[in-house]
Parts: sequence; C-alpha cells; structure tokens
Amino acid sequence: MTSSPGITLGPLLFNWPADRWSDFYARIADEAEVDRVCLGEVVCSKRLPLYIDRIPDAIERLHRAGKQVILSSLALVTLKRERLMCGDLAANGDLEVEVNDLTMLSHLSPGRRFTVGPLVNVYNEGTLAYLAQRGAGRICLPPELPFSSLASLSQAAAQEGVEPEAWVFGRVPLAISGRCYHARVHGLAKDNCQFVCGKDPDGLEVDTLDGEEFLAINGVQTLSHTHCNLIGDLEALMQAGVRSFRMSPHSGDMVAVARLVRQAVDGALDCAAASERLAGLLPQARFSNGYLNGTCGAAFSRAG
Amino acid sequence: MPNRKTPELVCPAGTPAALRAAVDAGADSIYCGFQDETNARNFPGLNFTPEELAAGIGYAHARGARVLVAINTFSRAGAAGTWHGAVDTAAALGADAVILADIGLLDYAATRHPELRRHLSVQAAAANADAIRFYSEAFGVKRVVLPRVLTVSEIAAINREISCETEVFVFGGLCVMAEGRCSLSSYATGKSPNMNGVCSPASHVHYREEGGELVSRLGEFTMDRVPKHHPAPYPTLCKGCFTAGAYRGHVFEDPVSLDAATLIPQLLAAGVSAFKIEGRQRSRSYIRDVVTSFRRAVDAHASGLPIPAGTLQRLSEGQTTTAGAYRKTWR
Repeated sequence: MTSSPGITLGPLLFNWPADRWSDFYARIADEAEVDRVCLGEVVCSKRLPLYIDRIPDAIERLHRAGKQVILSSLALVTLKRERLMCGDLAANGDLEVEVNDLTMLSHLSPGRRFTVGPLVNVYNEGTLAYLAQRGAGRICLPPELPFSSLASLSQAAAQEGVEPEAWVFGRVPLAISGRCYHARVHGLAKDNCQFVCGKDPDGLEVDTLDGEEFLAINGVQTLSHTHCNLIGDLEALMQAGVRSFRMSPHSGDMVAVARLVRQAVDGALDCAAASERLAGLLPQARFSNGYLNGTCGAAFSRAG
Repeated sequence: MPNRKTPELVCPAGTPAALRAAVDAGADSIYCGFQDETNARNFPGLNFTPEELAAGIGYAHARGARVLVAINTFSRAGAAGTWHGAVDTAAALGADAVILADIGLLDYAATRHPELRRHLSVQAAAANADAIRFYSEAFGVKRVVLPRVLTVSEIAAINREISCETEVFVFGGLCVMAEGRCSLSSYATGKSPNMNGVCSPASHVHYREEGGELVSRLGEFTMDRVPKHHPAPYPTLCKGCFTAGAYRGHVFEDPVSLDAATLIPQLLAAGVSAFKIEGRQRSRSYIRDVVTSFRRAVDAHASGLPIPAGTLQRLSEGQTTTAGAYRKTWR
C-alpha cells in the first residue's frame, strides 16, 4: 500500500505584522498536523523586508517539529530586486523551492527537485511531463481545474513520478497584476502605499453594487470572496489519485482546519461531516467548490 | 531623410475579410486563430477554417505580409490532440509563426516543427529577462509578446538583457491583470481565457432595468449600474463597478482602452521590434481604420515627423484611452 496522502500548508498570501507572522508559524510548528509548510513572499516584494528576519527561526522551529519547509517564490517578477529574490531562494541549496513563476526555473540547475505552486499554468499532460523532466517533484494543480482534469493529471503525475496536489482550502487566488488595488482604493500610489494591505488579514472584500459578496483584494492580487472548500470532496480526489492537499493560511484557526483535513484524509472522519464541521469553525465564511464541478468557481454544492 | 528603425506592425484579423483589410491598410503581419478553443478569442462567428487560413496566407504573402497563428490557450488535460493538430495545420499551411503560451505545446512545436518560428504569447506572462531567457533557451522562442504590466523603462531593461525580439500592445482592449494568469472570468461564469479562450463571455451577460437604472450582470454578479439613458459599457469583469471598504467605483480599472500611439518613439528607443493591435473580434472597418492610422504614425516617426495624436479616440471603447502600465503612475 502507498502511504497516506500528505498535507501542505501553502504560503501566507496576506500582509500580517511580523509578530503575528512569527506566532502563527510557531503554532503551526507545534500543533498543526501538516507535513509541509511553504514560507515566503508570493504576492508583493515590498512586504518581504517586514518579516524576513523572522524566517530563519520559523524554519528551525518547523524542522524541529519534523515538518518539511519549502521556500515559495514570488508570483509576478518584474523588478531587478525581485529577480534577485528568486536567485536568493535558489542559493539556499538545503531547502526545496516552490516555483510560482517560471522565472525561478532559470535559477534552478536542471535535475534539482522543486515544487510547482498553483499559480503556474499546468493544465495538461505535456506541461506536466516537461516540468517533471526538469525536476518537479510535486505539482499543486491550478484551482481553476475541473475534477476530470485533476483526475487525468493525477494519473499522468503518477507515471512521471510527480506527487499531484490539489488546492482544498482557502480563498482562491484568481489574478495578479502590476497594479496595487489596495493602494488604488485608498487613493495611494503603489510606490507610496503605506502598506495599507496590512489592515486586512484575509484581504479586503469586494462586493457588487447590489451587495453580492464577490472578490477580495490583497495588494496586487485578487482572490475569491468565498473560501474554496473541497473537504467534502477529499475522498473522490484521493480515489482520482491526488496525493497531497493544500490549505491556504487565513486568520481563522488553521490548526483546527488542518486537523479536520487530516481526519478526513485518514478516514477518521467522514468527508461530508468534516466539511460540515469546517462551516462551524468558520461561521462567517462562504464556501465554494464550483471549479471542481466545472461550473462557475463561486458555486458551492455539497459533495454527493 | 532620417532613417529610423521601422517596427513591424502586427494586426488582428477575426475573419478573412478583416485579414485582407489589414493587409491592404499596411499591416506587416496579421495574427489570427482557428475556429475552436485553441485560441484566446474563441467567439462565435469568428476565426478561420484551415481553408480560409490557407487563402489568407496566400493573400498576405502575395503582398509581402506575414501571417502569425495564435494557438494561445492552455490545452485541456486528455485533449492535447486538438492543440497539437492546430500547430500541425499552421505548419502545413505555411504560417510564418505560431504564437503559443502553453509549455507542453511549446515543447511539442519545438520538437515536431523545429523550422516553424515560435512566438511567446502574452498569455505566458513572461515579465522579465530571466523568464524570457528560459523560454528562448528551452523552446527556441524568437519573439516574446510582453505582458501589459510593464513600464517603458522596464521594457528597455529587458531588451538590454535578451537576444530575442519583443512585441508590445499599442492599441485596443486592455487587460489589467497579468494575462494567462487570470481566472476571474471563470469564477463568475465557468469560462476562462486560459481554458476556453473567452473572458466575460456574452453568453453569460444579462441586462435588466431597475428603478431608472440599467443593471449589467455577468453570471450571478452585478458588474455595473448606470442611469437608463447612459451608454452601458460591456460588463467585462475587471472593468466593473464595485465596493471595497469605503471605496465605491472601478476597483480594478476604469472602462478605458489602450492607446500608446504617442509612446511609439519611447517604445522603439526601448528596443521593441513589433507593435501589436488588439481586437480580433473587431469589424473589418475598425481594423482598416486602426491599421491605417498606425501605419501613418509608424511611417511618420520613421521619416522624422511628429506622431499624429488622438485620431483613434472615437474607435476606443468608452471613448477614453490610457497609456496603461507603460506610464508608471498607472500602478
């Protein structure tokens, strides 16, 4: 028998104060039942200096707790300093890197193992095979994919020796831009943003003029208003060959969310029941799993 | 006479008639796609059958123009054959280049059709010299269409470091997100540029009148409300009017379109090889007018004359234009 699927805590996408950042990863290290933790700045290179000095302690504590640490690369790389950030990640040869933009590949020597993050466009077997041959050991598939694609790609991944991962919890990253929307809605220029994104630990909600909850902005990133919740679908995903599940950090109790995912993956808790309990944990959150069902991403239907 | 470098003018065609109009109006190159989900303008009634493409290539080549075939969506898992077939057909018909975004498809094209010139689509979002080098080294890409998130000085810096050509958008619709990395449309409608070649598709647009206002909807979401007799912009998701905290308005982008005609000198000085006009979904007469105008602008600059400004404003959606990310203040 193969081992039980793993659980990855994706990189924190939001701008949290350094102390909160440290406290969060300390608790994850000590209490969360996850196998891997991705650390690093994915959204905005201006944020990294705010907590970069906290990263070594977090790595050490996570390692002591027996968790793998993966360093996440920036999603949109345009500036010189952002390219240097990518180079710095690769320079640390002991830690695996999560590639969130192909810029990162130019810094990784062929054959060096890496993880592919969900923001890289792996929509088909050809792309998966190319990245596998280049060194990808695990690929978090794009959250936009329907179940049929996740199933096909999981089979292809198994043949290529790649661990297929699915995004199962958290606001879905939908777009990235050169423009900072947090700065824009606060009437500020990006270069003088005053880090207003720090006011919103889960992003700033965007509603329609008719009051429908729609999106959330996070600096240059746009996310869904809903939290993706595939916990009710975990069994089907495991049967389709998905070998790892990713949760994206939010301000709610991530240790409790991780426990639910773990119990559902291990079969200790029925998936539908785990999904219901998640609703109890996050009473304010609305859920979605429409992408999985091939309908609009915002839709939610309880797994059959 | 000043002998300035003349850029290649790359013009859209959604129909054979538009292709001929663009060639006649002075396009150096035409880009177009097949009638299916392999291209990012997969709209009803648009695009080319293989027979139409063959005739279009014949028409263009006879007049010294090139034809570039956009196969720039990301092929669906288990269905690579459709996308591979599109590349094979383009090669067989003598296309001058294919415009690709998907790594798997680039790999296929480079392996099976090494002699077929490969351009990197804007949908690949290669936004810096390292990423561009990756694509040119791995897949022999000869030209990169740059994402619309870069300033002119960033474009210049990229061109100083790379050996392949760059192409930039100068006119037409304006994406505010890094293209090829946006699933806003499928979040609201289930259909996305990456998977289906459509954004904010008309099939999911509804209008209704309510208390003196016209409400435009995309899927289950309201994109805008305007007084009944005002012109209602098409509800493209990222140009919608929303609230965010205390802010109410166009959170992502105003309903403007791109016009970088006045930046032609700066973009050329930044080392850009080709200027691209957006709009394969546009009419033949629109294509004729825009191409004519840009042909004049490019030729004027090449002869050392000033660029005529603002002549295209009536053709722009919302009647308002922007130079977009090319000017740093946009961000």
